[in-house]
Amino acid sequence: MESSSREYTSVTKVVGPLIIVDNVAGIGYGEVVEVTMPSGEKRLGQVLETLTTRAVVQVFGGTRDLDTETTRVRFTGESMKIPLSPDMLGRVFDGVANPRDGGAPVIPEELRDIYGSPINPYTRENPRDPIQTGISAIDGMNTLVRGQKLPIFSGAGLPHNLLAAQIARQARVLSQEEEFAVVFGAMGITHEEAGFFLKDFRSTGALEHAVVYLNLADDPAIERIITPRLALTAAEYLAFTRDMHVLVILTDLTNYCESLREVAAAREEVPGRRGYPGYLYTDLASIFERAGRIRGREGSITQLPILTMPDDDITHPVPDLTGYITEGQIVLSRDLHRKGIYPPIAVLPCLSRLMKGGIGPGRTREDHADVNNQLYAAYAQGIRLKSLVAVVGEEGLSETDRTYLRFCNRFETEFVGQGLTENRTFTTTLDIAWNLLSVLPEDELKRIDLRFIERYHPAHRKGSNE
Amino acid sequence: MADKGMIIRITGPVVEASGMNGARMFEIVKVGREALIGEIITLEEDVATIQVYEETAGITPGEPVERTGSSLSVELGPGLLGNIYDGIQRPLRDISAGWGDFISRGVSLPALSREKEWDFIPLRKPGDQVIGGDIIGEVQESPTIPHRIMVPPGISGTIRDLAPAARYRIEDTIATIETAAGPVRISMVQRWPVREGRPYTRKLDPVEPLITGQRIIDTLFPIAKGGTAAVPGPFGSGKTVIQHQLAKWADADVIVYIGCGERGNEMADVLAEFPSLQDPRTGEPLMKRMVLLANTSNMPVAAREASVYTGITMAEYYRDMGYDVALMADSTSRWAEAMREISGRLEEMPGEEGYPAYLGSRLADFYERAGRVTVCGSQGSTGSVSVVGAVSPPGGDFSEPVTQNTLRIVKVFWALDSDLAYQRHFPAINWLLSYSLYGDAVRSWWHEHTAPDWDDRRREMMALLQKENELEEIVKLVGPDVLPETDKLVLLEAEIIRESFLMQYAFHPVDTYSDPARQYRMITAMFRFFSLAAEAVAGGVAVELIRGLPVKRRLARMGAIPPEEEEGQFSDLMQTMELQIRGLEV
Repeated sequence: MESSSREYTSVTKVVGPLIIVDNVAGIGYGEVVEVTMPSGEKRLGQVLETLTTRAVVQVFGGTRDLDTETTRVRFTGESMKIPLSPDMLGRVFDGVANPRDGGAPVIPEELRDIYGSPINPYTRENPRDPIQTGISAIDGMNTLVRGQKLPIFSGAGLPHNLLAAQIARQARVLSQEEEFAVVFGAMGITHEEAGFFLKDFRSTGALEHAVVYLNLADDPAIERIITPRLALTAAEYLAFTRDMHVLVILTDLTNYCESLREVAAAREEVPGRRGYPGYLYTDLASIFERAGRIRGREGSITQLPILTMPDDDITHPVPDLTGYITEGQIVLSRDLHRKGIYPPIAVLPCLSRLMKGGIGPGRTREDHADVNNQLYAAYAQGIRLKSLVAVVGEEGLSETDRTYLRFCNRFETEFVGQGLTENRTFTTTLDIAWNLLSVLPEDELKRIDLRFIERYHPAHRKGSNE
Repeated sequence: MADKGMIIRITGPVVEASGMNGARMFEIVKVGREALIGEIITLEEDVATIQVYEETAGITPGEPVERTGSSLSVELGPGLLGNIYDGIQRPLRDISAGWGDFISRGVSLPALSREKEWDFIPLRKPGDQVIGGDIIGEVQESPTIPHRIMVPPGISGTIRDLAPAARYRIEDTIATIETAAGPVRISMVQRWPVREGRPYTRKLDPVEPLITGQRIIDTLFPIAKGGTAAVPGPFGSGKTVIQHQLAKWADADVIVYIGCGERGNEMADVLAEFPSLQDPRTGEPLMKRMVLLANTSNMPVAAREASVYTGITMAEYYRDMGYDVALMADSTSRWAEAMREISGRLEEMPGEEGYPAYLGSRLADFYERAGRVTVCGSQGSTGSVSVVGAVSPPGGDFSEPVTQNTLRIVKVFWALDSDLAYQRHFPAINWLLSYSLYGDAVRSWWHEHTAPDWDDRRREMMALLQKENELEEIVKLVGPDVLPETDKLVLLEAEIIRESFLMQYAFHPVDTYSDPARQYRMITAMFRFFSLAAEAVAGGVAVELIRGLPVKRRLARMGAIPPEEEEGQFSDLMQTMELQIRGLEV
């Protein structure tokens, strides 16, 4: 296709973030469009639908001040691309990849389509290297693995940003010194939140290894549709061309989905659940599936998307569809937060699907899987008994049941709870777990292999060490 | 010849083209200058609406659309087993070799290798009368599966020539059959349109269980060979692990595994793990009896829609050879969503929750292609296709349309429960909600292979679990202390069933698979414990004391007893429980 660019002034309709341009010819689906406003300002757009003589264009900068008389629309004949180079590291860009830090534009080593291509499932490497985040509720219970996508499901007012920043600071793979990078994509978060991350990255020196794309709350909402794709294109370049291990933090995916819904509504599409478009699953997948490892290549992309659940509802379409695509989830709990526990990770609904391949002898420790299993069973039992206590009182419980209650409380404060800068090793996390499990009668540890009980249970350890 | 049209509209994966007079529904077309593969899904006068199986970015109105005259078809022949395809049967392994780590569009490769040579052994001779489905020869496709070369459906006549035993490529002519319409040449590869079920002679009732080695499935909610099952569950409840477990251990000859709109890393897991796993019955790598279809969630949505048809057509092909085939589709909800997405682009009037009105009939059509049948051909052998579909209901709400429409068709329902998953009780199959309608059909098989009290035990277990649920309601109101000792015993028994039998650790090398004999042994051990405990309680022993017995912990580990120690450990277990429980009575 010849990349002749064609310019038209034939905008016939403006609706929400969309414009309709008539009397056009040969417009490609997905083409990038440059819209020149009456004021001379230029905005970026993209073709959403094309007919023989008509094109429907979404304008990322929004349609305010646009008219149907003098607005000029130039079709570039190109797909949306961003410039890539290692010089991106340490830079801050806006939601459409223009420098936001006052620096010069990046001199591209390469231009790449922001939609990327799917990784061939056959060439994917099975992710198995555990990442030590230093946070027990994650490392011990839901181990994160390189190449995984593990979202944080949060709610308004919960400390998801603190947690994400702590993970970005502490995350490392044991016994490996490799090149790493953080790619940060912000969609519709406030200046204050963005400021928090930037300050944290700066103070720890992480910014030199980071590429930041910021679309803030007062930036055009439609831009948010491309911001995560910029971040992931940069991440793919750093991971698979530059052999780096990349951690991608995307926040807040709920804002992204709202923008998608806005476009769908403007196009009068048949809505799915709660007005979100029927293709929300496919669309989110095109973001989340860009995590992983490729056989024979050094780098990796690990994704840590953050989303706020409206009204803390995990069945809302955004967390729901996300959970079906990602390899697990970390769920934050308002109850634990109210109790003053940081990080307030609600362990029971959390999951890491790739954990089983990433733990065990040679990776974390041989007893990890069994301990994790037992902690889950015991904590679930404790929570169940708590609701029973509310009815029948603690006297109505057996002695064993009361030890479960004690375990449950100590688990929340000592295992889940930890300091903002506390960086626990896998061994520390597992040792804390054993201390807590020793509260329970040994016969109750049905999920742990007897060999491990003999080797790691504090009661046995004392005997063997002395 | 009006075999070329012109694109007039593009919106996402849906393209409209005019000048398509004479085109047929579901005809395959080549779209645009890059000749992307598409399929006609509606026709209005000379305008055809086409769903395109590849990314449509950059295509412009005015580009040509070329008709091919054929429907979406798959290639069937030696070389399918052990291979991995996308939703429209493009070989992903070959694509990665030729095009790199990412899937670019416009890639076109044959599904089966044209170069590879196979050792063909003729099984008939010239002059023989044959009909469609007759086996004329054989190729050793994998160490355990002889690939039977069949006369394609609809062809009958006399064999004029049949190739002698030698090495051939799949497109070489191996036979010529003199039919009423003239001679027909047959090679080792057939093509079949995916949306049409392959013919069979007669449908039969299912009689034999598909043994999966998963205790809760085999014993409580069995699926029969040729049966259909649905596994709905919210995310994180273990749908994929169950599907993987069935793909690994089900006693089918051939497994077709469809990763429909799911995670790329899960497919990587299958590809990494399965080749290293051994089939417990043949000792061969499990991968050698499998065909994998991977259309991950970020691959084109229209190909996702096609993938379940591609998969079931391959399953039917192996069924026609007389094999038992099991097909896993993970997840049928993604398939339904693909239908919804395409339907939305067509601006069709939506049914429930935006799904098209034909959702129910499409699901029914798909599941009806399962079954145990007498296959075509004069040998009259039997083959089966069992289908297990995962369903991913939004918010874990089983009242949504895909789950409900599926339940109207399937005979087995394994309801996954997030509360069980939170407790790490896996498989998280809820025993109160789940059901199987094959219990009666497979009973005589179990009686023959284990013991005549299998069915009674099974019913008693269900009754105990049901009773536990009722008692739990009371406990929630008044606490456990007020229950009579007999009821406390019921709670203890149900707890033992849950912890010792229903719970099964998929990642434990032994516990991951329990053969029918082991399952029955475990049941016997539990019931021995129950009857000893009942005697003790009748004699005045408190249930709390029995609960505290160390032997209970050994019961919970029965599933992990290595097969070589099975005999000794179980008889020791029986003796120990007798000693310990009787010991309380003194």
